[in-house]
Formats: sequence, structure tokens, C-alpha cells
Amino acid sequence: MVGTVLGVLVVAVLAGTYITFLTNGPTPYRPPSAVAAGRKSANLTLQTVAAIGPKLAPNENWVSFLVRENGTWHRSTVWTLPAHALVHVTVYQFDGKSGLRNPFLAQARGVVGGTFVVDGKTTSTINPDDASHTFAIPALGVIVPLLGVDDNAKNQCDFAPCSMSNAHTTITFTFRTGKKGHYRWQCFVPCAAGFLYGFGGPMQTIGYMDGFVNVV
Amino acid sequence: MSLRSHSGRIAALTIAGTAIVLPLVIFVLGPNMPPGKHTTGAASQVTDNTVLLVVMTPFTVFILAYLGYALATFRAAPGEELRDGPPIRGHMPSQIAWLALTSAAVLFLAIFGTAELFASNGAGGGSGPKPIAKPSGAVLPIQVIGQQWEFTFRYPTYGGVETAQLVLPVNREIEFHVTSLDAIHSFWAYELGVKADANPGVDNIAFVKATKTGNFQIRCAELCGLWHGYMYDTGKVVDDSQFATWIAGERRQFAPIKKYLPAYSLTYQPDPQGRAG
Amino acid sequence: MSLRRLLGYNLVSAVVLGIVGYYVGWWLGHQITGPSIAYFSDTGQNDIALFLAYIVGVVGFLFGLGFMSYPIQRLLGKPPSLREKETAGPGRYFTLCTDHKVVGMQYLIGIGFFIFVGGLNAMLIRFELLSPTRETFNANNYLTLVGLHGTMMMGMMTSGILGPFANYFLPIMIGARRMAFPRIEALTFWLLMLAGVILMTTIGYGGFPTGWTGYAPLSDQANMGMDSYIVFFALVGISMCLLGLNMLATVITMRAPGMSWGRLPIFVWGVVSTAVLMLLAAPVLISTLFMLALDRTAQTGFFNDQAGGSPYLYQNLFWIFGHPEVYILALPGMGIVLEILPVFTRKPLWGYRLAVTGMLGITLLSWLVWQHHLFVSGINADLRPFYMLSTELISLPTGFIFICALGTLWEGRIRLTVPMLFVLAWLFNFLIGGLSGVFLSDVPSDVTTHGSFFSMAHFHYTIMGGLLFSFFAAIYYWVPKMTGFAINERWGKIHFWSMFIAFNSTFGPLLVIGFLGMPRRSVTYAGYLHGGNTWVSISAFVLGASMLVFLGNFIWSQVFARVPIGPNPWGSKSIEWQLPSPVPVHNFDRIPTFGPDPYPYGTDGPTPRIATVPARPTR
Repeated sequence: MVGTVLGVLVVAVLAGTYITFLTNGPTPYRPPSAVAAGRKSANLTLQTVAAIGPKLAPNENWVSFLVRENGTWHRSTVWTLPAHALVHVTVYQFDGKSGLRNPFLAQARGVVGGTFVVDGKTTSTINPDDASHTFAIPALGVIVPLLGVDDNAKNQCDFAPCSMSNAHTTITFTFRTGKKGHYRWQCFVPCAAGFLYGFGGPMQTIGYMDGFVNVV
Repeated sequence: MSLRSHSGRIAALTIAGTAIVLPLVIFVLGPNMPPGKHTTGAASQVTDNTVLLVVMTPFTVFILAYLGYALATFRAAPGEELRDGPPIRGHMPSQIAWLALTSAAVLFLAIFGTAELFASNGAGGGSGPKPIAKPSGAVLPIQVIGQQWEFTFRYPTYGGVETAQLVLPVNREIEFHVTSLDAIHSFWAYELGVKADANPGVDNIAFVKATKTGNFQIRCAELCGLWHGYMYDTGKVVDDSQFATWIAGERRQFAPIKKYLPAYSLTYQPDPQGRAG
Repeated sequence: MSLRRLLGYNLVSAVVLGIVGYYVGWWLGHQITGPSIAYFSDTGQNDIALFLAYIVGVVGFLFGLGFMSYPIQRLLGKPPSLREKETAGPGRYFTLCTDHKVVGMQYLIGIGFFIFVGGLNAMLIRFELLSPTRETFNANNYLTLVGLHGTMMMGMMTSGILGPFANYFLPIMIGARRMAFPRIEALTFWLLMLAGVILMTTIGYGGFPTGWTGYAPLSDQANMGMDSYIVFFALVGISMCLLGLNMLATVITMRAPGMSWGRLPIFVWGVVSTAVLMLLAAPVLISTLFMLALDRTAQTGFFNDQAGGSPYLYQNLFWIFGHPEVYILALPGMGIVLEILPVFTRKPLWGYRLAVTGMLGITLLSWLVWQHHLFVSGINADLRPFYMLSTELISLPTGFIFICALGTLWEGRIRLTVPMLFVLAWLFNFLIGGLSGVFLSDVPSDVTTHGSFFSMAHFHYTIMGGLLFSFFAAIYYWVPKMTGFAINERWGKIHFWSMFIAFNSTFGPLLVIGFLGMPRRSVTYAGYLHGGNTWVSISAFVLGASMLVFLGNFIWSQVFARVPIGPNPWGSKSIEWQLPSPVPVHNFDRIPTFGPDPYPYGTDGPTPRIATVPARPTR
């Protein structure tokens, strides 16, 4: 009888561990950045890095997004934003140029005015070959190509966290969130070096180049 | 065969059951079968589904009637559980009859399915790069480009404009050219009754003619990676003037990117790894 | 346990050597590729190292278990040792044992464990689908769950009936004392268990996103967890191939006097036809996976269109294996059903030759239908009518099986025991499965149902409703013979009814939901399907609970209650029931001879006679 109870307990603990592991996942899945619901505008400050580095993630070579929360950079790809609000996005882009597989995605859509600002210049399109990443929430119709750092630039950032003294481009734009919901965002540039089509690894693991936007 | 014999009773049950179920299948279930009759392809699928149900009905009713009758009648008597039944090892006439009936049904279904497939120009299914059955007359080609993880669309007869949304004119034969830039996707426009796999380097053609205006769902139906479940969209079927207005608007909006787009082609071979690094 | 036994060949040394082998392979892989190849350091993943780790680990485990001792002894010129066979006591279930009855028991418990793991994954999938949008498991882990469920079930259940029941009963049924290749028989079991463990480790490597089909180029592109899938399925393929070979060799060479081909019990015919498919289909799988592994490690590009390969190649090769594979799952179930029906109707099998023809017909036709999985893929569109015809033709031999089952019920003396209930449920479920299959075989209808929950529900009706129900029928029918203890009938009936009702309440609505537009393997779905999915999820949880009822009943009956059962509780006239329960180590004191009738019900014909010919030495 004791054996049965023990057996059941062991099985329950194993199954529980398994389920907990799957629910949390091996990738950090941090709680959303602090944005109060009900506000009419919000700021989202991001950086993209060519490699996440040994301190922040298990796969140090993988390319990743980072988000600034309360002045510090975190590797979190789950962002909370208020519903029916204007979101002002600033992306500090430290990664080099990769090029889009589909050039069509190099034109911004779903942003206020149909344009975005790259290093002070307002535009609606960049050369698809110069894109390093995209900021895209397909269900909201939002996509903005992010211009890559020039290959010859000096003082390039090797891995996160990068400082503002490293070579980078700055992209700013504004989009409007719709109704409440749980939307995915992703990068459309084949930026996962070494993987077929550039779309494996960090491009298919939440916590690097993919995540969710919780509109509340 | 009288009603006093087992076979007579089962035959009677089968005939009665079929007589009750068949009209329900033909007149109630059949016309309401998915995916509805919004397009020619979908309508031919509904016809097919109905015919399949009609052919299946007598067989199903027979097997269920037989099982029910057997379970009700052929039971071991209490206390005589180990008494043997009659050593019947087969019955050639019923074996031959069964073989004949199932063969007839199978051959009918195969011939009917083939005829319907060609008559409906593939019934909305992906028919490869060189379909035999084509609609006569003019078609409107629309390219569907699957990529991880979004569908985009190109209208070659409208300057090769690429759009993020799919809008079709009503009552025009559409020729979908489905292709992919990376993994295998499958373009599934549910209400249109269209499903065609998007393979990299392959031009997969599907024909359809929408007969009603309205919205339809687009889904990816082939597992394509992380965001497969989020690769959905809503398309629209509109009348000709609305379509003309819409496509003109798209051409204006996407003029800036036009010079970067590759020339319209049935398949694309993008740089394998980009310039990743 | 003495030090000598601890250091000898046993499970402990096998696990230790397996783990050592894993790390040796891992180290070796890094030596070969190394950081000098920037390519691998870019991805941060070394697939070569993981493949080598798994392979060396498997070899280490098998060495530790003693699989090499026989060849080594022979090479050294020493007489072969028979000690694997002599092992007695409960320890023999945890080591290399060549007694076919021990292997059968090992299979039953081992496969049972992995089926429950697969079932747990199914529960988690249904938990996720309670909501159309919210994600309990993140998108990576949902796909991994789907893949783990599908791959585990499809891999493990290939041997689900042949492993436990054919290994145990096939030699007895044909009057043999062992299988033709007892060491290979043990090897198939341990390979399968290693495969299962390897598949589980995928979650440590990021899982795999491809489902059980592993379509390239997605699988070329996937994370390192994909390698676990490849090694798993390759090991399952090897196990399957060897199992089929062993079964065929046994039936061909080891039949007792009087056991001609026309007298084989129908279950043996089911096993023979399955074994043919296993032997011929598994090599296709293994070579496909080998190509996929080369694509992932040496960048060969077999399945990459931009490197001169073709994604169609993978789909074709996979389904050339994959469609026979689903009949590998279905045929043993048919064998079980037709084997059990005569016992509980107390009649001979109706239309024995028709049933055999049906099984062989399925075996043949299953090779000619694979492209119906590619109806909308755009390949060979002009051949669609042919594949439509060949697919629909399979319903003829399947119809033979049905008419034989129905004919056996005719004027029978039906007893509704638990195994019989499962057999009758098989008839009902397989009927629904077959009918829904017709929609998938008809090209215009397939356009909507292809890749939807309809096709998923269809193959669950044939595999779960068919194979798993016949698996349970076999458990309730044969496990008392294997252990000598009864399984509680009352709880068995509770298990049956809860499982049967919950099963149909789960997969019946799924047929409708799929037809209404729900794609497979999708973590989100349209809002109008929410109600239906909630119903299905709740039914699925009841289905899961019914499995716990079974598990509780099984463990209670076999471990604690232990009600001894006579040699022949069902009054069966098959030979295995003429032996004591459990069957003694050497099966028969003397090799039996068989009369002309495998099912001597309703005649004066005797049950198979045992002990009429002096035993021949088996070695």
C-alpha cells in the first residue's frame, strides 16, 4: 500500500514537473512591461542586437529584441499595451543588414501617416536589402522595416546589452492599437544566421525575434 | 424472405431505415453541407458531399441494423454460456453480393468523383502548375505568396501590385497561383472552397468563381512553424466597381515599394540566407 | 545485490554506459565540428554532436545490457551462452531476456507507459484549445506537444499489438517454443524503449515544430529538438523492421506439425500481413530520416528546392512509408477482432478465406494510395483520379473484414464480456472511421477536409477507435492468460462504457468542427468554433479519466487483488487457452499437432491436441 501511494506520488510529481516546464517554457517569458491600462498613449522602447550574449539567454549567439522597462534593458518579448491608444515606438537598431525575402515588406503599413522616421529622415520605404529586422504585428496590420547598421560602421556592438555609443540606427513611429486582444508580433527578415531560409532558431523561439502584444 | 426469418427482418429494418434517413440526407443535410455555396468550387464540393452521404447511407444503415439486431437476438442463453452456436463457415451468395455491392459503390464513387473533379476545374483544389481542366474564357490571375508567417497577394494584370489583403471581384473566374518563399504552407480560403499547398519553387494553380459577395476566412492549413496558428486573415468578395476602386487605392498606396519588387513570376528564388549575420 | 552482479550485464550498467556513451558522442561531435566552423557557432547548435550523442548512447546502453556478449563469445570461439534465457524471478523483466513471453510482458508495460505519456500530451493539447486565443503553453511548446503526442503514439503503437500480444501468443498459436530470432526479439523491445526516452528529451533541446510528419523544409530549419524526432523514428523504424522480419521468419519456419497456412488462426494472418508491411515500409522511413539528418548536418539539401532538392521528395517518401504505416496500425486490430469474435459467439470464424484475402488485399493496396495525402499539394495533379480510385478500392478488402465480423455474429451465442464489448465498439468506431475516410478519398470533398480537424478526427476513429479499442480488447482477453490473474470485470465495464461514450463524444464533434473550418495543429481558431471545442475538451478529459479507471483497475487486479484464474476462463477453444495460466517457460511439454479447424466451435472436433508428438529439442 505504501508502495502504491509512493508510486502515485512519484508519477504525479513527474507529470506536474513536465506540465510546469511546458507552461513556463525553457525561454524566459517575462511578465509584461508596466503600462497602465486605460491610458490613451504609451511609449515602447526597443533595441535589436546581433547576438544576445552569454548573460541574458541560453543561446548566446542568437539575435534578439530587448525592451526597456524603467530605464533598464530586459530580454522580454511579451509587451502589454493599452487598447485604442497611440503607441510611440522607438527602436535602437544595432544589428547589420540582412535583406528581406519578400521586398514588399520593406514598406511600412498600419502606422500613423504611413511613414516612419529613420535617423531623422521621414520615409515610408527603405531598400529591402538594407533591412535588418522588422517590427510587425500582422493582426493589427502593422509592419515597419528596421534599417540595418552599415557593414563598414565602426564600433559595432557584438552582443547585448549594447550602449548608445555603439553604431546604431534609430527608428521611431507611431501606431494605434485596436481592441483588446492577444496579438503575436514577429520579425520578417531572415535574420537567424545559419538556419535554413534564415528562419529557424531565434526566429521560431519566443523570447528572441517573436512574442506577444497583450492589448488590455 | 419473410419477416419471420432473421434475414428478412434485417432486410426490412435496412429498407425502412434507409427510407427514413435518405430523404433527410438529400433534402435536409445535403444542401447544408459545408463549405456552403459561395463559389462554384464550394458548390461542387457540397454536391460531392451529398452524393457520398447518399451512397453511404444504405451501407451504414445495414451495418447498424445488423449489429443492433444481432445484439438483441443472437445472445447466449443464461446458464448456457458455453453452448456452441451453429458451425457456419461462410455463405457464398452473401459474400458475392457484398463484394458486388461494395465494388459497385466504389466504382461509382471513383467515376463520379473524377467527373466532378474535371467538371468543376479541380473544385477549388490545388491542381499543380499545368491543370488539365481549365475554365473557358478569361480568368483573373491572382498570386498567393506564402511566407513565414503571412500570406501576401499579387495581381499581375494590375501592374503586378502586391497587397497584404485579398479582395476578389464577384462572378469572375479567378486563377490562384499559390507559391511559397520558404517552408510549405497551404492556402485555405474556407468559404471559397479553395485549398492549395504553397510549396517553395512550385506554382500551384486553383480555379474558383465566387458567386456571392461577402467575407471569407483565410487560414494556413499546413504546419509551417511557430506562428502557423496565427497565419489567418479575412478576405473579401466585392462587386466589380468596388474592386476597381480598391485595386486603384492599393496601387497608389504601394507605389513607393514597386521599384523594389521583383518582376512578377510564377515562382521566386529569394537569396537563400539573405545576408544574415 | 553482489558487486559482481552489479558490474555484469544489467539495466544499471546499461543506463550508466548509455549516459557515458551520450557524453562521449557529444564530446566527439564537438571535436569533429568544433568552434573552427563558424557555421555551427552561428546557429549555436551542433546537430552532429547531438546525433552522435544519441547514437553512441544507444550503442552504450545495448552493450551494457549484454547484446554484444553473444557475438563476442562467438568471435572468441567460446560456446554461446544461454544465460539470457535462464534468468528467473522478477529481475528478468528488467534485463535482456530472450523468453518471448517475458518480452511480451515487457512490451505491454513499456508501450503502455509511453501511451500514457502520449495521452497526457493529448490532454494538454485539449486544455490549450479550451480557448480560441489565450495561450497556456507558449506557441513553441504547443507545437512540441502536438508533435510529441502524434509521434509518440504513431511510433509506439506500431508495435502496440505485435509487441505485447504477437510476441507472447504467436509462437504458442503456431505451436512453437520460441521466436525464430529471440535476441532480435529482445532487441526490438529495448530499441523501442530507448527511442521513447530519446523522444522525451526533445523538450530539453527546444522541442520540434513539425508534428509527427516532420515535413521538410520545416524540419530542415527546426531547432535541435528535431534531431530527437529523427533518432526516435529511425530507432522505431529499425525496431519495426526487425520485429516484422522476426514475425515472418517465425511463422514461415516454426509452425508445428499440422499447422498449414490455411489453418493459421486469423490473428496470425493479421500479424503476417502487418509484418510484411513493417519489413518493407520501415526501411523507407529509415532512409528518409537519414536524408533528413544529412540535410540538417552536412547541408546536403535533398529537400531544399534552392539547393536542387525538392520538398515533394520528402512528402512522397514519408507517405510511401506513412500510408502502409497506418495499416500497420489497423491490421493487427482486425486480427484481434476476428480472433476474439468466435470465442464470444461460440461459432467458427465466418468466411476465413475472405478475411485472409481482405488482409492480404489491404497489404497490397496500401502501397498504391500514398499520394492521396498530397491531393492539394499540386504534385501529379493528373494522377489524382488514380489515387482516388485506389484509395476507395481499399474499402473492398476492409469490407471483407467487416462482413466476416458480421457473419460471425450470425446466429451466434453472444456473451457481452469486456473484451467482446471492445470488439463490438471496434466495429462501430471503424465504421465511422471508414465512412469519414471516403470524404478524404474523394478529391472535391478532400479540398475542404484535407489538413483540417476532420482528417484528424478520421484517423483517430481508425487508430484510436480501431487500434486502441482492439488493444484493450486484447488486454482484457489475454492478460489473464499472461499473468494468471483476472481483471475485475465490473470496473472493466465501467472503463469500457466511459471510454466508448467519451471517445465518440470527443471525436464525433471533431468531425463536424473540422468540416466547419478548423485547421490541424493550430493554436488559435475562429470564435464560432469555441463552443464545439469546449465540448470536445471536456469529453477528452472524461476520456482521459476513463484511462485512469483502467489503470487503477489493472494495477489493483494484477498487483493487489490477484484473483487466480483457471486455464480457460472464457471457454475458448484456441490453443493458448489449453495451457496453464500463466504459460510455463517452455510453452509445451511436447510440440502439439493441429487439426484442420482453427475454430472448432459447434463441431465435435477436438480442441488442438497437445502432447501427441515427442518434443524435439529446440536448439
